[in-house]
Amino acid sequence: MATERLAIIASKGTLDWAYPPLILASTAASLGIETAIFFTFYGLNVIHKEKMKQLKIAPVGNPGMPMAFPPSVKKTPVVGQLAGLMEAIFPGPPQLMGVIPGMTDFMTAMMKKTMKDHGVASVEELIELCKEADVKLIPCQMTMELFGYKYEDLIDGLEPPGGAATFINYVLEADKPMILFV
Amino acid sequence: MASVTADKTLDTSGLNCPLPVLKTKKALEELQPGQVLEVISTDPGSKADIPAFCQRTGHELVETVEEGGKYIFYIKKKG
Repeated sequence: MATERLAIIASKGTLDWAYPPLILASTAASLGIETAIFFTFYGLNVIHKEKMKQLKIAPVGNPGMPMAFPPSVKKTPVVGQLAGLMEAIFPGPPQLMGVIPGMTDFMTAMMKKTMKDHGVASVEELIELCKEADVKLIPCQMTMELFGYKYEDLIDGLEPPGGAATFINYVLEADKPMILFV
Repeated sequence: MASVTADKTLDTSGLNCPLPVLKTKKALEELQPGQVLEVISTDPGSKADIPAFCQRTGHELVETVEEGGKYIFYIKKKG
């Protein structure tokens, strides 16, 4: 059978952007496709032992962000009604709110709760599922040095750090190669 | 009511994309070829995703039942 390979470049280090590469990779692997994720630039934070626990959602510069209160909050009497009213008035958090200290943490907490209420897996869970499905997780050597991250600062079970040539060679070895940039 | 009997049931109620597909794959690994897995899901996305998973992996989607906000799939493991 012809080999099919999906290689995903994960370059972003926010909570929302951590998801697409992990969801696509774990799913592709479960469909029988050889899959790898190349973590470069801020994407490295998603596989960094400490920083992966502090991934955040940025309300600033994100006009598409909905003012979404977690379903569990909306079911609470009074507080839920207030939340509903807020959502009706502001379709999204006003951009100005992003500069208020603590707002990024608040929005992140709200998003995490919303995800939990909706049965969306956590980043840690998805990484485990990727590993179980034999997704190759490759940290980018150059950005590791740029950010001063050592291999042991990163989570266990990764491939050795690689560069652009390693990555492109891995993809093109397949009969049917595919690359996604996230 | 489904016309097939399942050898195993996987309930993914409350879970969202991509978990129903990933758990289906794992559950199928524990079955013998020809055995049938029943997958219960509340994720509307699974309505398209489970058939896509079956098409891709070669397992046979024998029947799909939709009742009371739940999607129930009967998947026969490929031989």
